[in-house]
This record gives sequence, structure tokens and C-alpha cells, in this order.
Amino acid sequence: MDTDPYLADNIFSEPEQIPQRNGYGDGVIEAGKKNKNVVVLCCDLVQSTRSLGFKKAFPERFFEMGIAEQNMAGIAAGMAFCGKIPYIASYAVFNPGRNWDQIRVSICFSMANVKVMGAHAGVTVGPNGGTHQALEDIAITRCLPNMTVIVPCDYLEAKKATIAMADLNGPVYMRFGREKLPAITTERTPFQIGRAETFRQGNDVTVIACGSLVYESLIAAEELSSDGVDVRVINCHTVKPIDKDSIVRAARETGAIVTAEEHQAHGGLGSSVSEVVSGNHPVPIEYVAIMDRFGESGTPDELMAKYGLKSPNIIDAVKKVLKRK
Amino acid sequence: MDVTEKEIAFLENKADQIREDIIKMLLEAGSGHSAGSLGTADIFTALYFHVMKHDPKNPDWEERDRFVLSNAHICPVLYATLAHAGYFPKEEMMTLRKLGSRLQGHPHRGMLPGLEASGGSLGQGISIAVGMALANKLDGKRSRVYCMVGDGEEDEGQVWEAFLLAGKNRLNNLAVVVDRNNIQQDGFTEDIMPMEPLKGKYEMFGWHVLEVDGNDIRSLIGAFEEAKEIFEKPTMLLAHTIPGKGVDFMEFKPEWHGKPPDKEEAKKALEDLEQIKTLGGRIIGEHQ
Repeated sequence: MDTDPYLADNIFSEPEQIPQRNGYGDGVIEAGKKNKNVVVLCCDLVQSTRSLGFKKAFPERFFEMGIAEQNMAGIAAGMAFCGKIPYIASYAVFNPGRNWDQIRVSICFSMANVKVMGAHAGVTVGPNGGTHQALEDIAITRCLPNMTVIVPCDYLEAKKATIAMADLNGPVYMRFGREKLPAITTERTPFQIGRAETFRQGNDVTVIACGSLVYESLIAAEELSSDGVDVRVINCHTVKPIDKDSIVRAARETGAIVTAEEHQAHGGLGSSVSEVVSGNHPVPIEYVAIMDRFGESGTPDELMAKYGLKSPNIIDAVKKVLKRK
Repeated sequence: MDVTEKEIAFLENKADQIREDIIKMLLEAGSGHSAGSLGTADIFTALYFHVMKHDPKNPDWEERDRFVLSNAHICPVLYATLAHAGYFPKEEMMTLRKLGSRLQGHPHRGMLPGLEASGGSLGQGISIAVGMALANKLDGKRSRVYCMVGDGEEDEGQVWEAFLLAGKNRLNNLAVVVDRNNIQQDGFTEDIMPMEPLKGKYEMFGWHVLEVDGNDIRSLIGAFEEAKEIFEKPTMLLAHTIPGKGVDFMEFKPEWHGKPPDKEEAKKALEDLEQIKTLGGRIIGEHQ
């Protein structure tokens, strides 16, 4: 059932470092080449969301909204009803943060084919501080009927997701970060919306991660293997619809689960996994996530460490969950 | 294009029929918004029976003009108009707000032919209409987009975001009707949140503004036709309407914004509407 993930062979030495947002930027140009109905809307953030490339490539299909995220969501819905495939880009704290009601009624309730691009998500946006660190965006999008929620783990996965979602008729939310992240996946790594990928086989415990925490989980698993702990790592890039089969199989085969995400524990990937596990094959779960608090200014690395989102935190969580097994 | 007396008489009669059905629907539903629904029946009639290019037998026709109801709580008038235009059977009007009905308390796009957008959270429909106008421009389509916005709805900031963008993009394929009836849920608009001068505001946002008697079908048609001739800007029809139009005890009364008539009130309302309909004797015969 599991296919070879064909991960980069330098993950544990010196992986290439590329921001996820470039994956959206490059991906949406590809999507635009493949389908003339793809349009991009942005709220005065073309450079930082990486929408600039599309704007240059397809100036007539790019629409500057000004700083007005609510209007952007509604305009995108109207364009979608006329056959367009709008990608709407801003910071995740505003999009879907500020325009959630518009995403709910104009987009999800109405099945508008709009792709919501939440940039600068998570604490890794760093110095901008707590107002700019989207830590609730997965929770507020995955609760919306008709919505698909994607949290890619690196540049290439963000790019593949951006291209793939153009062919999925319906609303999609994708969150991505600002900072450079290790390139984990390769062109050969399988990617399919809705299917989690097992990035490392293991039978003692499973770490189910998304986004920037996938790399940290692989590092943790590598370290734990020298202690004789056999860790399975699942990249659960699609938080909704979640891959129930992979999660239930992991619960059954490994008997303990750790979830890891750069998001509040409440309502994010960990909650999603719990819903599946508790209803199908209950096993102990530990959560590596933001624990019900807002972020603050600091460097990305400092914040990831302070908020407990690094590989040592995953190792601790694995040890803890194994004791409960 | 001149509209004949005969056609105006036909349209006025149609608007009255729609008003009667609104009263019946609201009575049957037991909840819903009376005043705005009655007050805008003339505007809906002008649009769906004269101005707009559309085909009820082919609601997804690519070249159609589109109408978005942003103040979606007055959907009884939209539903009644769509039924009269032939989008769905008239009997279905009486299912308004009932379990399993395609006529939801607020419009749900995709459930009923002819609905171009969902609505119910104020301020959103106007953005959707602006998006449609942008898409039509991009595709080089000559179709027009129409939208109705409530005057109370303009308390919402999103409305002004959308107005700004339409002005910036010179969306001359967009005509918006503001239902200026001066009432909203809790009272008169100018007490809740003073909005005047509205005409000046729209003009400063880059719109061509036409003030019109929103209960006069001939004036409405004239304004919609004039809007088609404006090449540089979107057009705003600042339509002064009488809330509760045609029902004496409802007219101009904010308390009728958000409630339906009871049985006695509905009887009285239908009598009032019947009286209007026969005034001048222009339309006797067709309806008796």
C-alpha cells in the first residue's frame, strides 16, 4: 500500500533551503499556463505572497484588490460563478482570518471554486509578532463544509498542491510559511490531495505531522532510531478531507500516535487525528502544537524552540506516548 | 427606447401580482421580511420583465445578464419574481422557509434555478456582483451585471470596499440599485447610522449616479437604459422606494422591516393591494 516517498537524499546532511511561498508562486504560474481560467487576486502583498510572478506572466489575469480581504473573497466568488478559478492571496491572519464570514457564505456555502492562499502562517513569520502569526487558520477552515485544507511540508509540495488544486472543483485553503524550509520531497515524491504519505516506515509509534513539522519529525525519528525506537512518520498534508485509512492503520499497527503542527492544538491537525482515532481505534496520542497561547516577536528559530515545535519536543512527546501505550 | 403605455400597464400589474404573492408567501411562512420585499417589487419587475437579458428555460445561459441580491433578506420578492418569470412552478412559492424547500429563508445558490448567489450576510452580494463584472470584462462578454444593495446594508464596510474597486476598474457593465427606503431593522437609517449625502458619496467613489423613483416602473426602465449608455463608470441607481409599498399600514414603518403579516393583516394587505391594482381601471380584466 505504501509507495516509496522518494525523499531528498540529503535531508539529514545539508538539505536545500527554499521557502514554501515560492512553491505557491511558481505553482500558480504553472496552473495559469495549464488553464486560462486561473486568475490571481491579491491584497497589496504581491511580493511577500509571491503572487508577483503570476502578475508579470499574466497581467490581464491579475487583480489588485487593495487592502480589502473581505471584498477579495466575495469578488473571487463572483468570478468563480463566471467560470474563473481565482487564487486569493494574503497573509493567513487576514485570509482566512479577517474574511472568514465571506469564505463561509460567498465561497463554501455556495461551492465557489476559489483557492484561498494563506501566506506567512505560523510562528515562523517571526519578528512581526503575535498579530501576524496565524495559529488558528487550520481550525477555522477545516470546520467549514465543502472546504479542502492543505498544509504542505516544503517548497515542492506547495507547488504540486497549487497546481493540483486547480483541477479540484471546490474551495481549497492552503497555508504556507514565509521562511526557508528544508527541501524534503522530490519530483518523484507522490502527491495527491487527500492522501497522506508515509515518509518513514516504523512500527513502535507514528508521528503524524504537517507543514514545517514534517522535517522536524523526520529528524526526531532519525534520532530515536539510534535509541532503538522505530518511528513511522506520516506527512498529512491534507488536513481535510483527512486520510482516515492511513491514520487508523497507523493506530492499529503502531499503537501510539504523536501529532505535530505549527498551529494551536485546539482544532488543528491533532484534533483531526484525534477525531479519527477515537472513533475507530483508540490509542494514546500526544500533541506537539501551540498550547492555547498567542505568539510574539522573535526569530523563527527562537520561536519554534520557545513554543516547543522542534525535533527535541517531538522526541519528548514520543517517549511520553510510548509510556502510555 | 420608448416603452408603450400598454407595456407599462402590463408591468405594473405584474408588480402587483408579485406583491400579492409576497404577502401570501410571508403569511404561509410565518416569518420573513415584508417591507423591503413589497417596496422593491417594481424594480424586480422592471429588471426581469423588461431590462435584463435572460432565459428562464435556460438559467445557465452563458450570455445572460446576472442579478445578485445583496440585501438577501428580501428574497421573497426575488423568489416571487423568478416564479412569475418561469424559473420554477408558482405553487412552489408557498414552500418558502419550510423544511426541504428550495426557497430557503435566505438564498442558497445552486438550490433554485435563477439564483446567482447565496446571501444573508450583508455586504457580500455586492462584492460577488463586482467579481462577475470583472470576469465578464476579462472574457470580453457584453452581458451586464445587476445588483441590489439595501440602504441599511451600507453600514457594512465591505460594501464600500466593493464600490471603490468597481470605480477603480470602471465597471460600466455593472448597475447597482440601492433600495433607499430609509428603514432598517431597528428604526430609520438616519437614526441608526446617518448615511447622507449618499449621492455625493457614490460619485466620489467613481460612480455615475441616477436618482430615481423606485416605485415608478417607467422611470426605472429609463434609468436602467441610461446606465447602458454610460461607458466610463459603473452606474448607481439611487432608488427611493416606499417600504411596504401598496399596503397602507406597512408603508414607511420600520417595524415591518423584518416581520410577516398575520392572517388578519394579510387579509387587509391583500385588500389594499387589490385597491391599488384597480385604480384608474387600467388593468381590469386581466386579473379578474
